Amino acid sequence: MRTLLILLRKEFQQIRRNPSILRIIFLMPAVQLLILPLAADYEVKHVNLTIVNNDHSTYAQRLVQKFEVSDHFNITGYVDNYTEALQTIEQDKADIIITIPDHFERDLIREDKSELHLAVNAVNGAKGNIGSAYAMTIINQFNQEVRSEWIVFPKTNPVPIIDVTTINRFNDDMKYSLFMVPGILVILVTMVGSFLASLNIVHEKEVGTIEQLNVSPIKKYQFILGKLIPFWLLGFVVLTIGLLIARLVYGIIPEGSLGLIYLFASVYLLALLGIGLLISTLAETQQQAMLMSFFFMMVFILMGGLYTSIDGMPHWAQVVTRFNPVRYFIEVMRMVIMKGSGLRDILPNLYAIGAMAIFFNTLAILSYRKRS
Amino acid sequence: MHKEGQIVISASELTKTFGDFTAVDHISFEVKKGEIFGFLGANGAGKTTAMKMLIGILSPTSGNASVAGYDIYTQTEHVKQNIGYMSQRFSLYEDIPVIENIRFFGGIYGVGAKELKAKSAALLDKLELTSSAKTLVRDLPLGWKQKLAFSISILHDPQVVFLDEPTGGVDPITRRKFWELIYEAADRGVTVFVTTHYMDEAEYCDRISIMVDGRIAAMDKPAILKEQFQSPTIDAIFTQLARGAKRTAD
Repeated sequence: MRTLLILLRKEFQQIRRNPSILRIIFLMPAVQLLILPLAADYEVKHVNLTIVNNDHSTYAQRLVQKFEVSDHFNITGYVDNYTEALQTIEQDKADIIITIPDHFERDLIREDKSELHLAVNAVNGAKGNIGSAYAMTIINQFNQEVRSEWIVFPKTNPVPIIDVTTINRFNDDMKYSLFMVPGILVILVTMVGSFLASLNIVHEKEVGTIEQLNVSPIKKYQFILGKLIPFWLLGFVVLTIGLLIARLVYGIIPEGSLGLIYLFASVYLLALLGIGLLISTLAETQQQAMLMSFFFMMVFILMGGLYTSIDGMPHWAQVVTRFNPVRYFIEVMRMVIMKGSGLRDILPNLYAIGAMAIFFNTLAILSYRKRS
Repeated sequence: MHKEGQIVISASELTKTFGDFTAVDHISFEVKKGEIFGFLGANGAGKTTAMKMLIGILSPTSGNASVAGYDIYTQTEHVKQNIGYMSQRFSLYEDIPVIENIRFFGGIYGVGAKELKAKSAALLDKLELTSSAKTLVRDLPLGWKQKLAFSISILHDPQVVFLDEPTGGVDPITRRKFWELIYEAADRGVTVFVTTHYMDEAEYCDRISIMVDGRIAAMDKPAILKEQFQSPTIDAIFTQLARGAKRTAD
């Protein structure tokens, strides 16, 4: 026990004197939480639209006006033919071209139907997709308006009256930050857990102090605990700073219990530290450790459900995410913060992360050797 | 000299191979209590490998050895408690103060709190570092760092201290001062096992062994070796033996 305390004392002495670690702990959460949720926003505004209006009739004009008043669209130009319009897409000035054909109004009145042509620039998939969905909504509205005007003396409302009202449970205003902030917080805690601990141990390898420890009577478990505990605590510090920023800046107050978040984080950090430890036993230099951590982090973050929904992934990918610790923590964070889930709801995640903690730490302890 | 005849290090046919390469090739020797045993050899001759096996951080391929009366295969933890080690790469923590290094290394060897306090005060006093106790180790000159590292490595009163090229990179006067500390320790009965490639240091040893290509090519008191090889200096003997070496420095 005394040996462990001596190891911890040394570790904190070093951390206290290391400005870059302090910067990572205090500055990284602040910057990431202040900037990322604002920048990583899915809401698409200002879709650039080129209109090819071949009809110039009243109805055509009404339709164009509907696009003009919409917040979502930015009309970049009116051109006379499709070829010219296509050039605006090629020059990346437009995302969508809408073509109103000749005789749009005549066909609409005489034949009771008419056609429109929508061309979407799919290079930026998200923008194209969402843009065309907006366009469809506007066209549908126009459609309904026209139909209701034409019905004289309606006995019943000719427009279908199934009106869908949407309530966004757990995020009433569809506040984007409420969705992103808990996820980003997870990434922050993950970085501290995996990067800092593995870099620290590999640094001791590089400067040779680890050899001095290996010839001493320190036990393996003492060494490992001496490395795990400080970074485990630092993980909590980052989590706390992050939760404070979430509250003060974004007004995010967890619906559920904070204790539950900390409970899950304590096990989660153990799992991450196990991965960090494992990396440090495999890497000889800090560069190697960085590259290995980076590889894991990329996979964990991209497949963690922060940016892309796990439900939208192909089946095999969903299976892969079951081995991704980040995924479990993001789920728990969102459940507890947004829905106010209780212990019972997060138990499956807790079990999964507990199993990972045991797995990675066992592997790390087995592969750490005092003697080669 | 404390020559009580008690054998503190004994190696017999100790061998280490890495694949096809035999780094240490069946070496045998004994070191007595209080002796200063110099382990000489060119770079790559196998000095450090041999030492790493004795201190329990490298497993031998074959052969036997015991240090401080404990077997290096089965009783490594006992070996570790009874030895001190100062590595070639300077290995105190540079980013914490002098006094914290003393406390840390004393502490992990189980030196009690009270004793540690007294010992660190005495150590600082002896090295004239009392006023620099709170200085970060990285801010000390290299010669001071080496003296501090040596003093820390024997703080827990080990039976044997292993020094791997302890005086690399410092001038002869600083080396001389360092050796005064070694003599002092040996006088107290600490056995000193030191590797070096400075031939003037070889002259300070009670007994030396010269390693060539993983084997011990010569081993005895410096005076006897000079007589035997009819050579005025250890340096000349070393050159003569090393000329036959097949390995070149890494």
